Amino acid sequence: MQNEIKIISYRDALREALSEEMSRDPDVILMGEDLGIYGGGFGVTAGLLEKFGPSRVLDTPISESAFVGTAIGAAATGMRPVVELMFSDFMSVCWDQIMNEAAKMHYMYAGSLRVPLVIRTAAGGGTGAASQHSQSLEAMYCHVPGLKVVVPSTPGDAKGLLKSAVRDNNPVIFLEQKLLYNTKGPVPEGEYTIPLGKAEIRRKGSDVTLISYGRMVQMCLNVAEWLALDGISAEVLDLRTLSPLDTDAINASVCRTGRAVVVHESVQFGGFGGEIVSSIMEGEAFGYLRSPVKRVGGRFCPIPCSPEMERNVFPTPRRIEAAVLECFRK
Amino acid sequence: MTHSYTKDFYRDLLVNMLRVNRFEEAVKALYGRGLIHGTLHLCVGEEASVIGSTAALKAQDYILTTHRGHGECIGKGADLKAMMAEILGRAAGTNHGIGGSMHICDLEHGVIGSNGIVGAGVPTACGAALTILLKKIPDRVAVSYFGDGAANAGTVMESMNLAGLWKLPVIFILEDNHYAVSTPVERSAADPDLTKRGIPFGLKTYEADGNDVLAVYEAVADARASVLQGDGPCFIVLHTYRISGHSRSDQNVYRTEEELQYWKENGPIVRFREHLLKEGFSDKELDALEASVEREIEDVVTWALRQPLPDTDGMEELVYAR
Repeated sequence: MQNEIKIISYRDALREALSEEMSRDPDVILMGEDLGIYGGGFGVTAGLLEKFGPSRVLDTPISESAFVGTAIGAAATGMRPVVELMFSDFMSVCWDQIMNEAAKMHYMYAGSLRVPLVIRTAAGGGTGAASQHSQSLEAMYCHVPGLKVVVPSTPGDAKGLLKSAVRDNNPVIFLEQKLLYNTKGPVPEGEYTIPLGKAEIRRKGSDVTLISYGRMVQMCLNVAEWLALDGISAEVLDLRTLSPLDTDAINASVCRTGRAVVVHESVQFGGFGGEIVSSIMEGEAFGYLRSPVKRVGGRFCPIPCSPEMERNVFPTPRRIEAAVLECFRK
Repeated sequence: MTHSYTKDFYRDLLVNMLRVNRFEEAVKALYGRGLIHGTLHLCVGEEASVIGSTAALKAQDYILTTHRGHGECIGKGADLKAMMAEILGRAAGTNHGIGGSMHICDLEHGVIGSNGIVGAGVPTACGAALTILLKKIPDRVAVSYFGDGAANAGTVMESMNLAGLWKLPVIFILEDNHYAVSTPVERSAADPDLTKRGIPFGLKTYEADGNDVLAVYEAVADARASVLQGDGPCFIVLHTYRISGHSRSDQNVYRTEEELQYWKENGPIVRFREHLLKEGFSDKELDALEASVEREIEDVVTWALRQPLPDTDGMEELVYAR
């Protein structure tokens, strides 16, 4: 049966996923700062307190270590908590709980415990929130075995991936993109899930693959339109899940196009793009490459506040275009 | 020691204290023979606090213990053979050799982990308590063990606040064993009276001689009853003394031989034996109990040393739960 499709915002799609999962499974609870009356840092949980009551929507003190750790302990004993961390930059405050507890418990305790936990958090820049509220730290999360890392780029994916994350039996870092909360798109009503670990081709192309995730996907799609005017057919691959990484999809696409440009807004140096490039260099696609693989990432500095500075710290359409054109230089 | 107990109860307490003591001594000896890969944090001297407290808990209660957690695991009923195999890195270990001495886990007996990061298991215990609260599970509490060193960790204070705020069915047990590695409480806490740490969070607080097994038992039993009545979390400070070094590298440079000797002569097992003589046990009976525990631990060691090492194939397969 085909679900009816509505056009709703990324924020509303996330709320729909949470509401549906909470209705489906009484063990799903929400924990975090100002989730209830306030509706969460970005309004995602608005109305859920009224619908599910204070024993399902738990407002916490500003004690990230304690409430993330408490969610871990609850997950290990039978609940399925979804934690909201107001900004992903705050991950550092509770990183020990995530890295040393949540990520390791299943393995370290030889499979006797599992931690079905989702940490939803607002990531990325473009809002003028400056150095401590704008980062994209996915490389840090992906480096830790035991965590899954998801970055939805559309309202439909936001819903489908969040529902899958809630049902997953592992800790999932769910990186919501601040600048996407108000974007609208088609979202299937009711039951709709997207498996974790599967990339999606957003635009078919034959000359170059732009590999990206999160809010940079739309920028890549826009650049692909410009490139079409120059006669370059660009494919845009949206990774959607960074860990586990869909290296098959990356290699399949680059085998076809022979060129690849990796785009992410997080700092390029030591960034997750390096892992994506490695998956090509170590993979089947290496033999098909017609030019060196390029990266376009954030500049190597904390994120400044002033609008022009901030805009230029991240990849811009011009920088992406320039990187693609370099792939075609003889 | 206000109450009187049955002979069986006394015998069980002594046997379990002896098990902890002889188990730890056996581990130390195996380490000395070069048979243990990794570090050790032993709890000789703390037998009363670990056994008195776990004796007051039920099988279904959750505990979260620390890097120095062998004693609580034994008290909670974990299988000695599987524990020893774990410490020796064998496939038959509680964690299939993955965890080692610091991370023994035994869900069947409510041990939901032993934590190597000081203070970090405390919120996990709060989470187990949250599950109990939300699922309205009767007759079950969660217990978080930590030491005087962890008392100064922010996570511990955050957790106490959260537990007090949400009235979680959790008992915080602070085992004050005198030293955080080498640092005594007086050099790490602005106010060394750690019982005050429960006050700002509204925790019902107990203080007991952690080397008096019955005093420990009574404090924890009372706290458990209080938590089950819905009166909110409790905080118990047990004063004990770590005779073991902090870890395998400890040269005891921070304390004198006289100090150690004092605590050896006044250790919890010595004291409890004296008490049991007054309660009608004979020396002969008690010696027989010691001998039987020694035989038991010898069998544990013999068995564990015969177990194969784990297979390295599929080492990555357990990273994610299905």
